[in-house]
Amino acid sequence: MQLTDAERGMLDGSQGKAKQKAMDLLIRYGEALGAARFVDTTNVAGVPGYFNPVLLDYYKVTADDAYDVIYSRFDLDSDEVVEVPRMMVNSCALQGGVDAEGWQTLGKSIDALRMSETSEAASAARGIRILKTCTPYLAGNVPLQGEHCAWMESSAVVYCNSVLGARTNTEGRESTSAAMLTGKIPDFGFHRDENRCATHHIKVEVDVASLMDWGMLGYFIGAAVEEHIPVVTGRFSRPELIHHKHFGAAAASSGGVEMYHLVGITPEAATLENALCARSPLAVIPYGKAEQLRTYDELNSKASDSNVDFVMLGCPHAALEQFRQIASLLEGKRVSVNCNLWIFTSRAVKGEADALGYTKVIRAAGGAVLTDTCSSIAQAIPPGTKVAALDSAKQTHYLPAIMGIQAWFGSTADCIDAALTGRWNGRRP
Amino acid sequence: MSATVVNQPQTITLHGRKVVGGYAEGEALVTNDTISGWGGINPMTGTVIETRHELRGQTFKDKILVFPGAKGSSGWSAAFHLTRLTGMAPKAFVFNEMTTKIALGAVVMRIPSVTDLDQDPLQVIETGDWVTVDGDRGIVEVRRLARRG
Repeated sequence: MQLTDAERGMLDGSQGKAKQKAMDLLIRYGEALGAARFVDTTNVAGVPGYFNPVLLDYYKVTADDAYDVIYSRFDLDSDEVVEVPRMMVNSCALQGGVDAEGWQTLGKSIDALRMSETSEAASAARGIRILKTCTPYLAGNVPLQGEHCAWMESSAVVYCNSVLGARTNTEGRESTSAAMLTGKIPDFGFHRDENRCATHHIKVEVDVASLMDWGMLGYFIGAAVEEHIPVVTGRFSRPELIHHKHFGAAAASSGGVEMYHLVGITPEAATLENALCARSPLAVIPYGKAEQLRTYDELNSKASDSNVDFVMLGCPHAALEQFRQIASLLEGKRVSVNCNLWIFTSRAVKGEADALGYTKVIRAAGGAVLTDTCSSIAQAIPPGTKVAALDSAKQTHYLPAIMGIQAWFGSTADCIDAALTGRWNGRRP
Repeated sequence: MSATVVNQPQTITLHGRKVVGGYAEGEALVTNDTISGWGGINPMTGTVIETRHELRGQTFKDKILVFPGAKGSSGWSAAFHLTRLTGMAPKAFVFNEMTTKIALGAVVMRIPSVTDLDQDPLQVIETGDWVTVDGDRGIVEVRRLARRG
């Protein structure tokens, strides 16, 4: 790779050992990709220095001494342990496995909580923002159009590229931890104009308006285009932020979509030709009533028992407007004694939901508001859960496989109804 | 394919591009399905766990893993990185589609890895073939099992 003087300086060790190890890893990574150079990144989102019992065991350290050891040896893939300094650029920590307030609800041990808090404090001491969410863009980290980012979390990556017009590949733990220290990431993939053009044209021939509609459309598109870039035209109404959130997350989980274009809506799709960079699409794919029903049935193929004992909302983490809707559906009612209702969000959005009284309404109805994680990431569901109800295609994709339970997919109102009655009454669209 | 196999030499050499250097040899484990890291493999046992994956339940420990590429969560590299720690890692990667997930995963696993080959490795290599991977030179040699034809 071609290195600038500043990059060579970091590699030579003149900026300290940690930056040297980080540059060494980034160069090995860039060469593996076949990248010619680095871009400067000013916005990094990852899981720096997180540890769990497996890592502590392997490196033979206690939690109190673990951060530098694990950051060096695992995150930076260095054989030598180096002291990890303050981060070079705007850096944030994404979701983890424990909620500092709701850890008992999640069934986590006091040891797991202490481990999480120790790692978090060590990150904070190095200037890393503790956002603890899969939706950093709802928690105060909103990249600018054209900004080079280095983000983990597939649902955040697709939002960053598509809705914000910022630029990131799907980075991993090691590359983001190295980028936090150096402000560098390989010039590859979505950092380059030529790799941001649509490749597949999706023609929507059925009305798409609700959160559930957008989730199904995303799930269909991901399976249809896999890791390619779709451009969507047709019968959809202008999506709100939460529609983008669920659409992108679904497309990123059923396929590997890292960027999409909605003609007339997303920033690099003023026209269809514009989104396609004046090229012909590799395929034109219709999405009509038949495709929508097939997607709905596929999402609901993992459930048969209409008794629901768990409702999980907030994948990706719930936005404030979702709290408003959930609170209004729950006002003055009680969650069934046979069912648990958990809503996951970021600390930032929970603060707002608290201030507006939504959390209080949800708790009064018997629901729980949890932060920092979700059922799939924490591998946490209420004891004895057999059948879940979900309003997220992404969570429906993962949770039954990870936890070995059934799961229904439907609208947020379908899910709240299930929480109140303990029964699934969701209907095909 | 089977009709032409008889006439091919016993050892086939594929030329590609270095992803990670180093040398390894071992038995091939071949799949036409892309592989998920987080949620797709169990790093403690070195097995594929994804529902409906053609390798589900099979171990890749000490195998030369021949596959189209990576998919799924951004936890791909960390999940495969853990297999290096648990001793469950494959010996080498031979793959078709370059992505950030697979590049980073191969780097931190420190296993020889080759891509951009002049013949499709998924067509040429079968599970059980003896394969040598020279990462630095980008060369993959396949010694076929007696079979087919």
